Amino acid sequence: MDFELSEDQRLLKDSISRLLSDNYGFAARRGYMAEANGYSAKLWEQYAELGLLGLPIDEKYGGFGGGPVDVMLVMEEFGRVMALEPFLASVVLGATAVKLAGSESQKSMILPAVAAGQVKLAFAHGEQQARHDMTDVLTTAKKDGNAWVLDGAKSVVLHGDCADKLVVSARTSGGRRDAGGLTLFLVDGSASGLARRGYALRDGSRAAEISLTGVKGELLGAVDGGLAVIERVIQAGIAALGAEAVGCMEAMHAMTLDYMKTRQQFGKAIGQNQVMQHKAADMLIAMEQGRSMAMLAAMMVDEEDAEERAHHISLAKVGVGQAGRHVSQSAVQMHGGIGMTEEYAVGHYFRRVMTFEHLWGDTSFHLGLIADKVA
Amino acid sequence: MDLRFSKEDEDFRQEVRTFINENLPADIRERSRLGYGARKEDTVAWQRILNKKGWAAYSWPVEYGGPGWSPTQRMIFQEEIMMGNAPEVLGFNITMIGPVLMQFATQEQKDYFLPRARNLDDWWCQGFSEPGAGSDLASLKTAAVRDGDEYVVNGQKIWTSTAHNADWCFVLVRTDPHAKKRQEGISFILVDMKTPGITVRPIISIDGSHHLNEVFFDNVRVPVKNRIYEENRGWDVAKFLLGNERTGIARLGKSKERLAYAKELAREVQQHGRPLIEDPAFRRRAAQIEVDLKALELTQLRVVSAKKKEAGKPDPFSSILKIKGTELLQETSEFVMDVGGPLAMPGWAKELAAMSNQPPYGPDWAPAMAGPYLMLRAASIYGGTNEIQKNILTKAVLGL
Ligand SMILES: Cc1cc2nc3c(=O)[nH]c(=O)nc-3n(C[C@H](O)[C@H](O)[C@H](O)COP(=O)(O)OP(=O)(O)OC[C@H]3O[C@@H](n4cnc5c(N)ncnc54)[C@H](O)[C@@H]3O)c2cc1C
Repeated sequence: MDFELSEDQRLLKDSISRLLSDNYGFAARRGYMAEANGYSAKLWEQYAELGLLGLPIDEKYGGFGGGPVDVMLVMEEFGRVMALEPFLASVVLGATAVKLAGSESQKSMILPAVAAGQVKLAFAHGEQQARHDMTDVLTTAKKDGNAWVLDGAKSVVLHGDCADKLVVSARTSGGRRDAGGLTLFLVDGSASGLARRGYALRDGSRAAEISLTGVKGELLGAVDGGLAVIERVIQAGIAALGAEAVGCMEAMHAMTLDYMKTRQQFGKAIGQNQVMQHKAADMLIAMEQGRSMAMLAAMMVDEEDAEERAHHISLAKVGVGQAGRHVSQSAVQMHGGIGMTEEYAVGHYFRRVMTFEHLWGDTSFHLGLIADKVA
Repeated sequence: MDLRFSKEDEDFRQEVRTFINENLPADIRERSRLGYGARKEDTVAWQRILNKKGWAAYSWPVEYGGPGWSPTQRMIFQEEIMMGNAPEVLGFNITMIGPVLMQFATQEQKDYFLPRARNLDDWWCQGFSEPGAGSDLASLKTAAVRDGDEYVVNGQKIWTSTAHNADWCFVLVRTDPHAKKRQEGISFILVDMKTPGITVRPIISIDGSHHLNEVFFDNVRVPVKNRIYEENRGWDVAKFLLGNERTGIARLGKSKERLAYAKELAREVQQHGRPLIEDPAFRRRAAQIEVDLKALELTQLRVVSAKKKEAGKPDPFSSILKIKGTELLQETSEFVMDVGGPLAMPGWAKELAAMSNQPPYGPDWAPAMAGPYLMLRAASIYGGTNEIQKNILTKAVLGL
């Protein structure tokens, strides 16, 4: 075991941290939210220049050749400022799908463009009726001569509104919840028959409902072999978003500590009350336990044994989710009224962490998966 | 001792339920069921319907136009309102300013304000908290200086719920800055929100709604006859009011209704190919909530039946109701949101409100799933934070 960062990792963390702290004040963030795609186009370019957008992409495809731990470091920094850019959607989810399922020519077409920030990907898998069920897919793909034609609808597609290319899952055989029969496709953002309704999630980041009516798709990976890839993409997403949640927790904890020292009631700082001190200590405990679980997730993303990987990712999803809920609920409570307002950052972090908990299986769902395996 | 409701109580419950079923407009009920807050016009319309029936001032005695119900009947009434998804009667009017007027006001004040409060001719709001005076309410600074038969009020209130809807505000002001104890220099006055010098500014809360406000007073002239009780004795009035407020915040019926709603939706949504309601974890959570609800229901009945009638002496046990009641509101609203899963996360409510005639994005229950959860994080903050309630218990009950 080695918890130390390498020299490269430290440099990476520092440079991104500097870039973000210079550019991501709470007010600036509000401005980015109001931009056309709901994030900062300028920062996106700067990420590309820094090489961030190629972080987990092989050097061979113009990337940096980093691993899940590098992604974790970056996501944690993104979490601290609640960055709005589609890093997770494009560089983690989308690129992982292409990396795992793509042919050589697909990889060399798409990955360098993702690393350069010229193409943004989104991962369109979830559907409204599916809730947390990974195999619940009604969207269909049918062969029409040499082409594939997709029909159906995808839900809460992160950054699905601005993506240039979508990785779409569809059923090529089997019934609604069959694990077999799922296949991935690449769909062009401008494809005819594709309709997207973008919106902000509760935390301010963008997502879309997407409908597909006779949309042409390009096969990505093996027919009926999509689930193994989907699983890994979601696991990479859980690890990355979990690290982001840890960054959010750090920010909330720091803000709360600060507030405890400055806010005066009954002639003294509210942090002088022992009950408040213990609450802050409990937050710290939860946050550090959550951080450990986010690290576990990062370490497990590349685990070869699928069962082992899924099990540990579930442990991490529960651990980070519970920690996040504890820390964010405490942060609002300890701020009093001000924590309830849109004008103050704590409530925004709160909603970011809440979103993490409800994507890709909530706490109860993953606990259930773990419980089923108790022996 | 008999912990069951009597036959009369059960008949009463049925009577209330029938009235609600027959008189509550369907669209108001449906909005509430889906998790949207009651609109101003809904609250007003419904309270007037209740008032015609003589029920709006459900906790008031007959002499002031109330139904003169027993504590148990009041509890049943409130529960049926909430479980029936009817708008709650405006607490500022009925459980806050109403009892204060009955206890402390002059006959003239009672005659004028009570009937209007009952019929919601006046929408009241509560001007207590200030930027520097939250938990430590007695440190409030908003000043009222006597000038002939008027007070001249200067200062700022914050977190004033529904001030933007309000016609009147009951305000705590400092009338004696030199009093030995801070509590002894405070007065309780009634302020017409149309008085020149008042500015109301919205504060948007984390659920995206406009409920809270800042209220600024700039040389606002308030007739001395609008003071309640004696000058510099406003703290007694405030304590009396806060005791009543605390009891009302428990909103047990709302938690019951949210539990029922979570179960209803859990029949509709699925997990692992089965209705969520069949999921063991879901069932255990629902069971736990039921246990907690029952315990609180009985504790609440004990507190309201034992309630001491002494003026200005709120029962410290009401802090138990406030703490457990708000914890349950938070748990049940989170339960509902969790049933929604990923579909609870989009900010659809806001998008739909911003543009009219938009088709829905998804099921009708989805847009308002997270809103109540977010807003109810405040339930353990308002009405005296839950930490402060525990301080009250440790001092007043435990003697520590
Ligand atoms: C949604 C909402 C609606 C409201 N509506 C109204 C209204 O209509 N009218 C009105 O007048 N007010 C209203 N309030 C204000 C409410 O009463 C105050 O927010 C509350 O009293 C807490 O004050 P504060 O926000 O200043 O927090 P603070 O008093 O600053 O408290 C911050 C934190 O410190 C803790 N703390 C403070 N003192 C102690 C102590 N001695 N021991 C231990 N912990 C302590 C608190 O528990 C809290 O966690 C509302 C508030 C909210 C959030």
